[in-house]
Amino acid sequence: MNGYVYYPGCSLKGNSKHYEESILPVFREIDMPLDELEDWNCCGATAYFSVDDSMAAAICGRNLSLAEKLNKDIIAPCAGCYLTLKKSNKFLTGGTEKAQKILHALDKAGCSYGGQVDVKHPLEVLVRDDRLDKIKARVTRPLKGLRVACYYGCQLVRPYRDFDDADYPMSLDRLMAAIGAEPVDFSGKTRCCGGSLTGTIEEVGLRLNYILLKEAKRKGADVVSTICPLCQFNLEILQDKMVKKYKDNVTMPILYFSQLIGLAMGLPKEDLGFSRSIIDLEPMWEKIG
Amino acid sequence: MEIQRKVKYEEELDRQFLGRVKELSGCEEIDRCIQCGTCSSSCPMSVYMDYPPRKIVAMIKNGFKEEALKSFTLWLCSSCYTCQVRCPANIKITDVMYALKRMAIKERVYPPRFAIPVLDKEMSKIIASNGRNSELWLILNLYLKSRKPWGLIKMAPLGLKLMKTGRMSLKKESIKDKKQLRTLLRALKEEA
Repeated sequence: MNGYVYYPGCSLKGNSKHYEESILPVFREIDMPLDELEDWNCCGATAYFSVDDSMAAAICGRNLSLAEKLNKDIIAPCAGCYLTLKKSNKFLTGGTEKAQKILHALDKAGCSYGGQVDVKHPLEVLVRDDRLDKIKARVTRPLKGLRVACYYGCQLVRPYRDFDDADYPMSLDRLMAAIGAEPVDFSGKTRCCGGSLTGTIEEVGLRLNYILLKEAKRKGADVVSTICPLCQFNLEILQDKMVKKYKDNVTMPILYFSQLIGLAMGLPKEDLGFSRSIIDLEPMWEKIG
Repeated sequence: MEIQRKVKYEEELDRQFLGRVKELSGCEEIDRCIQCGTCSSSCPMSVYMDYPPRKIVAMIKNGFKEEALKSFTLWLCSSCYTCQVRCPANIKITDVMYALKRMAIKERVYPPRFAIPVLDKEMSKIIASNGRNSELWLILNLYLKSRKPWGLIKMAPLGLKLMKTGRMSLKKESIKDKKQLRTLLRALKEEA
């Protein structure tokens, strides 16, 4: 395939606009401008696979087919989209009878899929040696002294361990170090944030996210750097309730890794979606000056 | 307190259940389970489950269909895949949970008005008809169909914060080529 096409998914057009606002400029800065996949549909996330797996794989097949027509691989910044598209891709190219039927239905609907597309997460693309060098070369404002808890969540590293470890990955830590920040030894880095359970059973969401923030605080982190919209949302929106319930001030900014990279590259912070943070960022600005 | 029998007699078990589950995607290897409990101890959600994952697998292997399908465990699985990558018998436990969720929805035995299956069904419906999810509308449907609508009032402060930071929109999202999506889903039904 010849280059990448950007698949936003629902979050980057909704509650995670600041992820889109920061990831696209970062790719532009390293001379890999990304176009959005025209007329993409939702990946279906964990929901569709819980209801009907054939239809779930079929709607992902439509996205893969759209990318294949452009002769491009997909970049999916949301870890949920990344895994759902990747899992469907493996299923559709697996040669089973069920997969054949879905491919046939895709043919009939005019979105044939030949299995040529690869699905990538931006982290995976950015940490390749040559691109990491390019990022380093573009850093004009290293984030000196900023202690970062790198949070990978679950679906980026599991079940497919294609580019990093399932329990203690380091790619995001390397990237954060490359922009001058100081990654902390964060043992919660791949522990689950609860995903959509935070929206359905608040008690569960509160506890899981409290465990993560408490550990980040204990390691002296100033901010959490995330790669997934649902992780970002869960860690951020429950903070006031956590402070009340556990009587423990675990408040800290939850930022996208791309926002921090853009900042280090000297891009204006107004253009990187920082104003969308619900948590006060003043202590962070004071620290990095 | 009523006295209830806690043990099942053999004639009450569904001996076909294991065979049926093994035919589902991702469940082929399930009878290789050695009951080591790595899944249950790795699971971040097991403290909330009525049966931890190890027991669910044991139930499938031994014909406890009703208990397995009605369990909250399936719905509490957040798909973090920790159990799946750690299982020494290479059982795709997360995929097994997905397969059981689908079976429970098909046989309508999931806990009634329980928010998680309601969310899954509502989101699938929105995507099947519009091709794209609309976060606000999904939340509204979730509260109306699973909880008392006053739950929404509790969500109002968060909703305001999201509105203020431009992170929530009232717009209903949709793809352009809805016709293609409809054709695809119809073609898939014909193939089945």
